[in-house]
Amino acid sequence: MSKALTIAIMDAPYESANTTTAFRIIAAALAKGIDVNVFAYEGAVALAMKDQQPHANPVRGTTVEQEDHPTTRAFIAGLLALAQEKGARLQWVNCGLCVDERGAGNWIEGVRRGGPPDFLAMVEGSSNTLVIPTR
Amino acid sequence: MSRYLLIESRDPWESGDSRHFYDLATDLAAKGHDVVLFLVQNGVLGVRKGSSSTLVQKAVDAKVKVLLDDFSLRERGIDDGERTGGTTLSNIDTLVDLLADGRKAMWH
Repeated sequence: MSKALTIAIMDAPYESANTTTAFRIIAAALAKGIDVNVFAYEGAVALAMKDQQPHANPVRGTTVEQEDHPTTRAFIAGLLALAQEKGARLQWVNCGLCVDERGAGNWIEGVRRGGPPDFLAMVEGSSNTLVIPTR
Repeated sequence: MSRYLLIESRDPWESGDSRHFYDLATDLAAKGHDVVLFLVQNGVLGVRKGSSSTLVQKAVDAKVKVLLDDFSLRERGIDDGERTGGTTLSNIDTLVDLLADGRKAMWH
């Protein structure tokens, strides 16, 4: 079995440093050519929402361009591009029930809907699984 | 003997859970298991030498390999001279290697 990691994440966008660390782990694994499966659960299904927009900062008086505000959907798009560049596979699955609860189904390309059977298949096909829970 | 990777993202003062997580690491090491404790995010705050928490030092003394995420240290302005002795400067690449190696992994 080739090396693959499965990572389950649960935090909603812009809530926790856990998301940043998860992105760092995913990027580092892909850069090594390791396949990565992400199962996004609960609030994490909103990480890939296409409608996210960067914003200006009225407190600092900066424009959208000056602020260069990062969005989680842009990070995920970057990770998908990195996977392609490195010849690794990034599979990003959003929990369907969590999506329906939140009306959060408009994602960037490369993300798909799934459920617990997908997570089980990811775990069974991986060298290791890391669950990053909310607090 | 099993190989464990415990990842601590919380600081020792945030909740009592952290002490239990450190206890898990030291107890596993005491039973002869190979234990790596990777400190990330606010988990690195307890590594300062002058810290009121003794959890990191106890883990080092218990032969737990304590690795520190360089990015988290830089974010919090903790430099090499401030670190508890016996800890090791590390990075996210090493964490990925440890995960890919199949260690039993747990995040707190």
